[in-house]
Amino acid sequence: MEPGEIHALLGENGAGKSTLMNVLYGLLQPDEGEVLVDGRPLKAKGPGDAIAAGIGMVHQHFMLVPVFTVAENVMLGAEQVRGGILGVLDRRRARRQVTEVSTRYNLRVDPDAVVEDLPVGVQQRVEILKALTRDVDLLILDEPTAVLTPQETEELLGIMGSLKESGKSIVFITHKLKEVKAIADRITVIRRGRTVGTASPSASEDELAALMVGRTVNLTVQKAAAAPGDPVLEVEGLVIDDERSVRAVDGVDLTVRAGEVLGIAGVQGNGQTELIEALMGLRPVLHGTVSLAGQRIDGWPTKRVLRAGVGYVPEDRSVDGLVKEFSVAENLVLDVYDRPPFGSGLVLRPDAISASARERIPEFDVRTPSAEAAVGTLSGGNQQKVIIAREMSRPLKLFVAAQPTRGVDVGSIEFIHRRIIHERDIGTAVLLVSSELDEVIGLADRIAVMYRGRILGIVGPETPREEIGLLMAGITDATKTDGTQTGTAETGAAQAGTAETGAADGTAETGTAEGGAGSAATPDGPVTPAPDVAGSEETR
Amino acid sequence: MTDVNESGSPSPEKSPVGQRSGAEAVATVGEAERSAAGSASGPAESGGTPPGGPGAGLTDRDGGGQQLLRMFVQNLWSANTVTVTVLAIVLATLIGAVLIIVSDPDVLATWGYFTAQPSDALNASWAVVSEAYANLFKGAVVDPAAVQAWADGTGEWQPVFAPISETLTYTAPLVFTGLAVSLAFRGGLFNIGAQGQATIGVILAALAGFLLPLPPVVHLIVAVLAGALGGAIWGFVPGFLKARTGAHEVITTIMLNYVSFSFLAWIIVQNGVHEPGRPEAISRPVDGSAQLPQLLGSDLRLRVHLGIVLAVAATWAVHWLLNRSTFGFELRAVGANPDAARTAGISVGRTYVLVMVIAGALSGLGGANMVLGTTATALTPLVVAQIGFDGILVALLGRVKPWGVALAALLFGALQAGGNRMQSYASISLELVTVLQALIVIFIAAPALVKAIFGLRAARAARLSTSMAKGW
Repeated sequence: MEPGEIHALLGENGAGKSTLMNVLYGLLQPDEGEVLVDGRPLKAKGPGDAIAAGIGMVHQHFMLVPVFTVAENVMLGAEQVRGGILGVLDRRRARRQVTEVSTRYNLRVDPDAVVEDLPVGVQQRVEILKALTRDVDLLILDEPTAVLTPQETEELLGIMGSLKESGKSIVFITHKLKEVKAIADRITVIRRGRTVGTASPSASEDELAALMVGRTVNLTVQKAAAAPGDPVLEVEGLVIDDERSVRAVDGVDLTVRAGEVLGIAGVQGNGQTELIEALMGLRPVLHGTVSLAGQRIDGWPTKRVLRAGVGYVPEDRSVDGLVKEFSVAENLVLDVYDRPPFGSGLVLRPDAISASARERIPEFDVRTPSAEAAVGTLSGGNQQKVIIAREMSRPLKLFVAAQPTRGVDVGSIEFIHRRIIHERDIGTAVLLVSSELDEVIGLADRIAVMYRGRILGIVGPETPREEIGLLMAGITDATKTDGTQTGTAETGAAQAGTAETGAADGTAETGTAEGGAGSAATPDGPVTPAPDVAGSEETR
Repeated sequence: MTDVNESGSPSPEKSPVGQRSGAEAVATVGEAERSAAGSASGPAESGGTPPGGPGAGLTDRDGGGQQLLRMFVQNLWSANTVTVTVLAIVLATLIGAVLIIVSDPDVLATWGYFTAQPSDALNASWAVVSEAYANLFKGAVVDPAAVQAWADGTGEWQPVFAPISETLTYTAPLVFTGLAVSLAFRGGLFNIGAQGQATIGVILAALAGFLLPLPPVVHLIVAVLAGALGGAIWGFVPGFLKARTGAHEVITTIMLNYVSFSFLAWIIVQNGVHEPGRPEAISRPVDGSAQLPQLLGSDLRLRVHLGIVLAVAATWAVHWLLNRSTFGFELRAVGANPDAARTAGISVGRTYVLVMVIAGALSGLGGANMVLGTTATALTPLVVAQIGFDGILVALLGRVKPWGVALAALLFGALQAGGNRMQSYASISLELVTVLQALIVIFIAAPALVKAIFGLRAARAARLSTSMAKGW
């Protein structure tokens, strides 16, 4: 690492990136080998030593106290006290420090805001701030963009750029190729715990992906033209509230036909989650109807919906998709455990469950030591493949996939995309929700753009990205969309708002930032948003 | 009648008493193992460990040096749950030894001039500790003197089996309550209400036992089922509240414990329940036709009864339910990740209710054991003793697995049975057994502590129990 350099560390899930960085940061001890800082070996016994040596780390999952203010979080671990033995916390000084550092690096944060009220992107800024106030020279960012919305990612990349200018070095861990190409000065690729290559950012994505996976990866989705059949899913006038009784879905009409993929594009938090949960019977429908192959299914319990031939890949696999303590085999029958041959009446048949798992595991390329291994020990991509395998193992009429490739490595993404297209080709209706615009464009035959609980328009995949991007930001244009648009009212508001940091590229994906009310990006970015649209994994 | 009353009221006392002997049994096991391990380096020393202090025996073992020995030690040292459990028991025994020494003024006096004459202190300590643990063992497992007498023809066979019989008698109810806590925990619920569920169980079982005029076998079955029903009702309430309103089961079950205790105190003195002509709070005795038959004849020294058979059957049933039934699958899924279970179409609320009903029924059976067995035959305010609360410890010690719970209950039962003898023969205060139980559970709940003390590797042990502790 050189001063003022951004060094990207690329690798698939479980390749050893985070482990390496945890060694650097002193959280783990190396079994062999050593770490040199400024030519001297660093023997970090804990994060304290690492910080003293000028290394700071921002973890993938934030280490912040949610009920503390920004200033309190920043001073945590290095509390300033006054009043001698009374040890009164010097909050004022902490606040001043936060303000000072945040202006120096252009990291705008309100020092008095309570962390849990802040959007994820801002929380991350607090983490970075925390590291910077410790005077670190080397900052480790462990998959910082995994939890960010596209525009937050933009902001982060901007921040990284300015940090670099001020002479800080950054290790940037990710498996998103576009981000790497956009910001890194040097790229090291890690596979199975070994450095397999160093690349410059000018390398093509295909080359990088091949290095990561160890074979050539097909980054574009190959598919034939769709042959849509009869409508399978019909949604009319659907109205749904979220947990806080705020209207989340406000009159959505949708039709998905057999043998087509309908993609729902939109910035996260515009009602997609609620829409899908309502379809699955996980959330009450306030108004409107949902029909599956002509039969009303709204108000059905989840089990009945699943049994009616709906496959469901939930948005958050570790919360809703898998029981991590359960084995791969058990997770593969999580929704059919009480059906023959796996169970009948009160009797469960573990033999049948393992036998079926032994078939599914190779079929869906799940890399697991055994069918009995706990799912929680698998990498993210393989966990996702377990869910895909489970849901595709029964005859389906409708396949609902929410963020099917979030946090999944390149090789697995390729596989999952192929399976989704395969499912479409055998005549299943597919409803795909993704906040990755590239994924939606690559897979969908028709794209519905969702904004603030409404469908603003349904367009074809050949529509230019900028147009879809504008729709996602709530800006409709009667000539370009096919009729269903609503909410022109929002347009004005969206245009008025300006994204917090430069929407340099990728404005296509910007919309309302989560939590940042009405801060939509201005659509005045370059007309070439493609190169580093944040977080788009699909086109790799 | 008098017999009944006596057995009724002392039973609560006995539980703490009895607790001791289990520790001893375990201690012995631990020591046996140690001497096996250290056979090369010197079994004599391992035998002498208790008073000398934890360090001595262990260092000896390390110093062994031979290949085989080293392998054995390494296996032992790579911490797994069994190792941690055994070591926790060993540690508790050692601390117990220190407590025995400290609490005996005469022995303590010898330590006052330790530097002048160390042998006095060591001998006195060794004497008092070995006598205590020997009696714990004799009361819980077997008394060699009785075996000798039987072999010589001077004694009967009953005293030989009396300690085991006592141990099993104390074990049976703990198996039920331990299972009740474990099952609920596997379903993601902290059932602190086993005590209350057992109390309602004991009431219904006793009422069915003396109010219903039924023929022998039927009467027993009805009384046992009444106990299960009582517990099930008491388990249903918190389960239903949790499913419907999200009321936390820890709060509701604790509160229901109070309600059940007061209800028991109240119902004993009601007309038709209270035993006429007795001034104290005691109910009519359960009819003979509703009593669980003794397994080894009607000898009063061999109190073990059908309850232990039912307990083993219940253990098997719970094991089957958890691992081989569709409901067990639901239960485990809901316990591990209710969100994923819901998304996969499992009704979480229904599972919560059913789990609590079954757990309550198990506790109720434990309660029925207390009044239909030989421990007591009439209701008194303390008739259920502490089986519900001990059940929580048993579940923790058994790592919330059915057969583990059965073993843990056996240990606790042995401690109780042996503790009785330790008190009467070695004059060691009853509370020591309670202390031993508490120490064992503390070490189990803090596997990191045990591993640190013994320098164990491979920190994989006891995650389940830690998570149970974390739940608080």
